[in-house]
Amino acid sequence: MELLTNILAATVVAGTPLLLVALGELICERSGVLNLGQEGMMLIGAVAGFVAALTSGSLIVGVAAAMLAGIGMSLLFAFMAVTLAANQYAAGLALTIFGTGLSAFLGAGFVGEPIDGFTRVAIPLLSDIPVIGRVLFDQDPMVYLSLFLFASVAVFLRRSRGGLLLRAVGEDPEAANANGLKVLVVRYMAVAFGGGMAGMAGAYLSLAYTPMWTENMTAGRGWIALALVVFATWRPERLLLGAYLFGAASILHLVLQGLGWKSSPELLAMLPYMVTILMLVLLSWNPARTRLNTPLSLGQPYRPGR
Amino acid sequence: MLLLERRPVDSSLMRWASPVLALVLTVLTGFVLFLAMGKDPVEGLRFFFITPISDLIGLAELGLKMAPLLLCAAGLTVCYRAKLWNIGAEGHFLMGAVGASAVAVQLVDMTGFWVLPVVLLAGILSGALWAAIAAGLKTHLHCNEILTTIMLNYIALNLLLYAVHGPLKDPYGFGFPQSVMFADSALLPELIPGTRLHLGLAFGLLAAVAVWVMFARSFIGFQLKVVGQDHRAAAFAGFGARRLTWFAFLVGGATAGLAGASEVTGPIGQLVPQVSPGYGYTAIIVVFLGRMHALGIIAASALLALTFIGGEMLQIAMNMPKAVTGLFQGLLLFYLLTCDAFIHYRIRLRRPARQFTPRAATTATQEA
Repeated sequence: MELLTNILAATVVAGTPLLLVALGELICERSGVLNLGQEGMMLIGAVAGFVAALTSGSLIVGVAAAMLAGIGMSLLFAFMAVTLAANQYAAGLALTIFGTGLSAFLGAGFVGEPIDGFTRVAIPLLSDIPVIGRVLFDQDPMVYLSLFLFASVAVFLRRSRGGLLLRAVGEDPEAANANGLKVLVVRYMAVAFGGGMAGMAGAYLSLAYTPMWTENMTAGRGWIALALVVFATWRPERLLLGAYLFGAASILHLVLQGLGWKSSPELLAMLPYMVTILMLVLLSWNPARTRLNTPLSLGQPYRPGR
Repeated sequence: MLLLERRPVDSSLMRWASPVLALVLTVLTGFVLFLAMGKDPVEGLRFFFITPISDLIGLAELGLKMAPLLLCAAGLTVCYRAKLWNIGAEGHFLMGAVGASAVAVQLVDMTGFWVLPVVLLAGILSGALWAAIAAGLKTHLHCNEILTTIMLNYIALNLLLYAVHGPLKDPYGFGFPQSVMFADSALLPELIPGTRLHLGLAFGLLAAVAVWVMFARSFIGFQLKVVGQDHRAAAFAGFGARRLTWFAFLVGGATAGLAGASEVTGPIGQLVPQVSPGYGYTAIIVVFLGRMHALGIIAASALLALTFIGGEMLQIAMNMPKAVTGLFQGLLLFYLLTCDAFIHYRIRLRRPARQFTPRAATTATQEA
């Protein structure tokens, strides 16, 4: 029981950065924009958050800086992909390559520096519930924030006028434009939200998950998040489930080693990526269903009055 | 007011001016960056762009770095022309290196002219096999090739680490994670004696020319182009999209696999964890910068090869982080895509004359 509780608690922690970045990308894709730059924005967020927290001595300043950095990166992408109507695949890839290079450059002097990261804060009473208390209510503040953001995004998409407008733009920008919606403004906002979330996810890695900065520390999580959005068929509830599933996959090798499983650590480290491919296979084998769920204008640049 | 307006016809001048413009903008940004870091910008740019290639040894090093970029880029060109977003060159490259090494380690006591071809073939097959996974996932299970190839890159990296820590590890290597040194018979011959430049560059140039000939002269090249430009037209013409996808991926995997094999049998001579500084990813920039054209990618691979040795030079000469290389590459791609927008669009200073069609009347040209 003790072991299971610990595994579940670690799963939530491992799933949190995925949840954060995937929520941002979900909103972005619902507006019809596919941003493949998640990995780059996360890395910039991770390094900006780490440097800001280290120099200011405040973790909150660090997270804020990470979000701003992520938003800045996403606006670069939006300028190319939304304003200039560039190919979204190429622009997103450019963002990842640029972000990987820039983050390594900015963080070069900070590799190996120690920092006191976020620590667990137990919520009184709730954390006394057996198992669930430890798993959900005895975590660091960013975990609570991620759950709050999840709920907000879910309500926003389903119940708010803004969510309706966002979905309208993503499904049919021509019709949305004809109804007087500013398609490009909505898309800019959606991309910027995605950038802020990716930045925050990066900060979670460098300030809570493993409080330090190393080059390429995201290890493909930005890409896994993109797969996660497909897995979730663009719905927040399934995203939450998926994030924790992938979180479990990424700590599976630690669990197996803890249980005395004799295998090479390098082979076990492949697991999250293999699980990602497996999930993609399970979800994509029926193309009709994928088409049904995908936002209709996803990946299509929009130029009003073309 | 600045307005962005669609050109009636795409600008062929901008198509080729855009990479040059992007390079100029990147250099200007580098200038500002050096200033901001309190370094002499003229000296910095000289160390980055000129010093590394100012002698024969330097030029040979440039060719050495060009070889893998060119090979990977040639294969990716085939994929991207058909709008198949294969991001997996890095993984194909690593698997090519692992596959070639696995055979070379077995043949370490062998002499004879046949050893090298067998080792290279093992690399080619390993790369193609790795690409075949992504191709199969796409054609039969409809998985997005971007995500699968990226995941396969990470898996390939872990397989490489497994190989050098496990089955291919040199038992007498003092615990270092690397293979034994290959036999001389498994090493690529030098192109210029006294330098490290090896036959790999010739493979790269050949691959670029082969891709050129394929798209200019062959039916399959034509089919790939049509599939890339208009999927429906290709279907009506009876071009099998599945078959073309397999072809493009296998070519991409084979060339990148050969690149990986050439790297371990060329300058390195054994399998090490750091066999690639990201050649497979940089090759993506080479393809875009080179306009998916043979001559273009040869020039672009030279420029990007220079960013690798320029970054090393800056690290030695000016104590700058080596990550300058990645930063420079990212900036270049960024500026390129921005400049590319002006192939299709132009900037006008005032509102264009309104066209009296119902749709244009309701949706005026977007402000830039």
